[in-house]
Amino acid sequence: MYSYSEFDEAFVRARVAQFSQQVERRLDGSLTEEEFRPLRLMNGLYLQLHAYMLRVAIPYGTINPRQMRQLAHIAQTWDKGYGHFTTRQNIQFNWPKLEDVPAILQALADVGMHAIQTSGNCVRNVTADHFAGAAADEIEDPRPVAELLRQWSTDHPEFQFLPRKFKIAITGSPNDRAVTRAHDIGLRMVRNAAGEPGFEVMVGGGLGRTPMIAHTVRDFLPKADLLPYVEAVLSVYNTLGRRDNKYKARIKITVHETGKPEITRMIEERFAELRPLFGGNDQKLLAEIEEAFAPPAFRVAPTDAYDAFYKADPAFRAWADTNLHDHKASGYAIVTISLKAHGETPGDATADQMREIAALAEEYGHSELRISHEQNVILPHVHKSDLPALHARLAKAGLATANVGLISDIIACPGMDYCALATARSIPIAQEIATRFDALDLEHEIGPLKIKISGCINACGHHHVGHIGILGLDRAGVENYQITLGGDGTETATIGEKTGPGFAYDEIVPAVERLVRAYLSVRTSQEETFLQTYRRTGIDPFKAALYDGEDSKDAA
Amino acid sequence: MSRRFIPKVVTANRLREGDVVYLTADDRWSLLHHEAELIEDEAQANLRLLFAAAQKLYVVGAYLADAKAGPNGPEPVHFREAFRTRGPSNYAHGKQADLV
Ligand code: HEM
Ligand code: SF4
Repeated sequence: MYSYSEFDEAFVRARVAQFSQQVERRLDGSLTEEEFRPLRLMNGLYLQLHAYMLRVAIPYGTINPRQMRQLAHIAQTWDKGYGHFTTRQNIQFNWPKLEDVPAILQALADVGMHAIQTSGNCVRNVTADHFAGAAADEIEDPRPVAELLRQWSTDHPEFQFLPRKFKIAITGSPNDRAVTRAHDIGLRMVRNAAGEPGFEVMVGGGLGRTPMIAHTVRDFLPKADLLPYVEAVLSVYNTLGRRDNKYKARIKITVHETGKPEITRMIEERFAELRPLFGGNDQKLLAEIEEAFAPPAFRVAPTDAYDAFYKADPAFRAWADTNLHDHKASGYAIVTISLKAHGETPGDATADQMREIAALAEEYGHSELRISHEQNVILPHVHKSDLPALHARLAKAGLATANVGLISDIIACPGMDYCALATARSIPIAQEIATRFDALDLEHEIGPLKIKISGCINACGHHHVGHIGILGLDRAGVENYQITLGGDGTETATIGEKTGPGFAYDEIVPAVERLVRAYLSVRTSQEETFLQTYRRTGIDPFKAALYDGEDSKDAA
Repeated sequence: MSRRFIPKVVTANRLREGDVVYLTADDRWSLLHHEAELIEDEAQANLRLLFAAAQKLYVVGAYLADAKAGPNGPEPVHFREAFRTRGPSNYAHGKQADLV
């Protein structure tokens, strides 16, 4: 993977030194909170409900074992022994003390990490397919381009004060595992008629208050034109974006208000101006970055041990069926380590677990790791003959939950257990759903089903693109949960449909159970997934399950 | 006629640690909601908030939160404030642990 150049290193160290002084000046009173707040936010430090929260960037979800160990060290030394992996492939520490933050940033800098641009109205952490560099369906590894975008956007003088935050997601596969259509810019690699790789460019997606699916402004952009094109999009947005109203400031509103034909025309016009200015330097840099992402030397070895184990051990088989994905190299598999043990907080890993994951990556995974936007950790390259041993080690560390893609593999934002903006809690709802379906022993019977939960309309938990989305609200001083159905975050992205009135805290889990039972009773076969069933039947049978009392059912 | 004033407590986060704290009648910052001063008068509430906001080296983000009288002192009215008195529901971290 990419490692810091001297320039990156010096830049990050200078930032740490600068922020350390700012913290000192806040603590001795030379800076007021009003002066300090924007400075701390520029370094990823929020003040949340119960404590400070530090958000650390994990560019395109790629992290190495040494960095993972350092996160464990930070969790143990300056936090409460765990970290929270997020849908933006970042990690958040929920309990740092203000005076310790300089030391934490120093520790991050020691391993080539930082918290810069994890907040503010700038280009945020560029996210990517969590199977990048490994997926069987991949055209090219999207990470070199993501790294190019990161270098270009970090401290870019023109784009530090955009109308609002700006999120870019990129996938190198036609199958979208990066929710590209729900980002300000989504990039999906495709091939043109001549077989050359390039990008479908999508603009103006986003969740939050006004959820929207991005529009394709270019069906095919040659790879070499990417940077000037992205710069053109940002430059148009920087000019047109609504700075008068924070709720209308995202590019999705700009696209909506300007109209796709006009915004496309403006982007193309700006692109024509910008392209000659790049003069090929970006492509030279990209070539260097690509070298850093050269794939590991894959082994050629028999997989008989795996096959035998798969046949003999039902626990291993269940795990292999859900947590493994197809790898591009023969004999290899992509392993998803679930951070969704039933009843635990989605996305949390303890310091010990982080260390064990780092060790496993070294021993079995060519020292590579990814964080998924679904709040799990990926070992992208594991030879199948190592899987039985790997599984045994995971099981010992409480990390072998066989539920990836199933009902308990829930995305949940921090909600009102941590977040100052929340209107209700998310985490305990996720915990209860997972425990309930585990107890019912229905999880594997139900099959692929994505539940996503947010604690307020900002939609950090992606509820709009959940097959079942849950949004926590405050209704007259009590927690209330609204359900949306049929959302989809893949290449067939769809915003979920609201079902009707919300449910009280103690009614929401039973309501989800009714939805799932309705699915089980109307699906045509075990192969028809929840989403397929929903698309076939529409909302009615599910609405009936949610809202019709026993009486009306009897009457019918 | 103006609506009846809902009694308030002054709450904030500690600058250094981030902990949730409450202003007491004798000008201390307590971790315990029931030790807070319950302010029944609107003008007095605003004065106490000004006092809190001036303590820039000790707390940040001071505000007035609805509260009501209980047998052991003020109790929160809204669930958000109730959560702030305890800490998160997934771990006994933060206040739950601090107060043991
Ligand atoms: C706890 C501190 C957090 C705060 C204060 C926060 C704040 C916000 C706000 C204000 C928005 C709406 C922005 C807009 O539409 O202009 C938002 C959206 C979003 N946040 Fe967060 N967030 C937090 C944590 C998280 C976490 C933990 C995740 C991942 C689990 C996350 C991922 C997202 C995503 C995916 C969106 C919506 C996508 C979009 O439209 O861009 N955030 N957040
Ligand atoms: S969705 Fe709302 S409650 Fe959840 S993390 Fe985002 S801002 Fe906080």
